[in-house]
Amino acid sequence: MRHPLRQTGHAQQFETPLKRIRGLGTAREGTEHFIRQRLTGLANAILVVVLAVIGIALSGKTYPEAVEMVGSVWVAVPLALAFISVAIHMKLGVQVVIEDYIQNEGARVLLSLLNTFFAVAVAAAALFAIVRIMLAALAAGA
Amino acid sequence: MASADTEVSGGRRPRPLSPHLSIYRPIVTMVMSIMHRVTGMMNVAGLLLVLFYLLALAAGPEAFATANGIYGSWLGRIVLVAFTWSLIHHAVGGIRHFIWDTGHMLGEERYALSWMTVTISILVTTVLWALIVVLEAV
Repeated sequence: MRHPLRQTGHAQQFETPLKRIRGLGTAREGTEHFIRQRLTGLANAILVVVLAVIGIALSGKTYPEAVEMVGSVWVAVPLALAFISVAIHMKLGVQVVIEDYIQNEGARVLLSLLNTFFAVAVAAAALFAIVRIMLAALAAGA
Repeated sequence: MASADTEVSGGRRPRPLSPHLSIYRPIVTMVMSIMHRVTGMMNVAGLLLVLFYLLALAAGPEAFATANGIYGSWLGRIVLVAFTWSLIHHAVGGIRHFIWDTGHMLGEERYALSWMTVTISILVTTVLWALIVVLEAV
């Protein structure tokens, strides 16, 4: 994984193994986006399987049945986790697409901001809905 | 000493450009890379569908009935099948990237691995929707 220039340049001599393993360049970061995209990707892969089962079980359910199911802890918690993980994954993925295709710097910065707001809004709306469904399930059970 | 390369008759010669999409014969690894991005963008729209469904369920019986009516219609079903495929394709593609991240299967087998992304995604989508149709019929 070493940069080819390091093998021939003098920089190698002055670089401690700790510095290399941290992977920090002059920007002091760089692996964060990559690692986080994979971390959330792995979480998504697991959670999507859970959600597929929930989705199939939900099809054809009446309103009280659906509220009871989605409002139960076993569905609500994985669902909330999935939305948080997916929102982060989505933000990172769309960010790369914006950086790749939007040439104008002003538009790129603006879209990047909107992208972050959008991801947070999606997660917040989902969490709001899930809490409300849980409360409805509680009220129905009481 | 670069003047001969960069300048012709007083004006600057345009910088050389990399050959782009129109020149390449599609290769499965390349197509799957593009599809990974396309399905990722499709999943954004799909996520909104899931979100609206949840918000409808949270809003009450009338909103839930409306959402069920839209999602249960023919057009709604087609969109949901497309989203299911897109989600699975992106998930399977992600697993392929995890395998490649570990340094495995980067040799000739990379083509077979890339083809598997399409076949597995279509297969799983078909099985899932067959299951839904069967469960609804019972």
